[in-house]
Amino acid sequence: MDLNIEVNDQGLSQSIKLAGEIDAYTAPKLKEALLPLVKKENVTVVVDLEHVNYMDSTGLGVFISALKATKEYDSELRLVSLQDRVRRLFEITGLENIINIDSTVRGGK
Amino acid sequence: MESFDFIEMKVPAKPEYVGVVRLSTSGIANRMGFSYEEIEDLKVAISEAMSNATTHAYEDKEGGEVTVGFGLYEDRLEVMVADRGESFDLKRIKSEIGPYKNNQSVEDLREGGFGLFLIEALMDKVEIKNDYGVIVLMTKYLRENEVDINDDQISTTL
Repeated sequence: MDLNIEVNDQGLSQSIKLAGEIDAYTAPKLKEALLPLVKKENVTVVVDLEHVNYMDSTGLGVFISALKATKEYDSELRLVSLQDRVRRLFEITGLENIINIDSTVRGGK
Repeated sequence: MESFDFIEMKVPAKPEYVGVVRLSTSGIANRMGFSYEEIEDLKVAISEAMSNATTHAYEDKEGGEVTVGFGLYEDRLEVMVADRGESFDLKRIKSEIGPYKNNQSVEDLREGGFGLFLIEALMDKVEIKNDYGVIVLMTKYLRENEVDINDDQISTTL
């Protein structure tokens, strides 16, 4: 019932690997790690959700704040390797059309 | 009188206990014979209600509690989540929820507020009482012998 966050800093291309559950308890921790990454000019941040087996609206809220920051800093946010259950939340809420979700990388290594 | 088993939990109104209630929900739903997909729906819906309740209770005063009641019926699971925080303007909240439209600009996006929308999308029936604190009552029916997993459960609940 925790969330592991691993940040890989490669200058303008940042990746962040998540493992565990994103809920009311862990979302603040994610927000704290993700927002500083997207708040850099021209940076691309790839969020790997392959090992996230649970997420609810608290997680959606974090990704929305990150997306808003990208508009401000001209940076880019991409979500990759979503499990079906997590992807479904983006579909139900209509966020799949607004957030850049990579459908091809699922499970790809 | 319809017979049913009842399970009640009382947890501190803190985010770290949302996961505890989610695990209990998963165990109860599994025991009742819900499918994997349905259990995942229940986990999200009940976590959303719990997140709301912990926020309300937290705003009100620290040290609050959230009461969760599970009614296990032959054909359905009823889950009640109650907090004793301040009541809220339900009409206003209802008017603010819903899926995003394609043409919505990023600046207009809300960071919160999909909790109730997701609960309504994932459960079969949702009732909210708002007199003293907030009580969310959610129902999910057991679909026995349901073979069509493509059955769109979302459309039936909206």
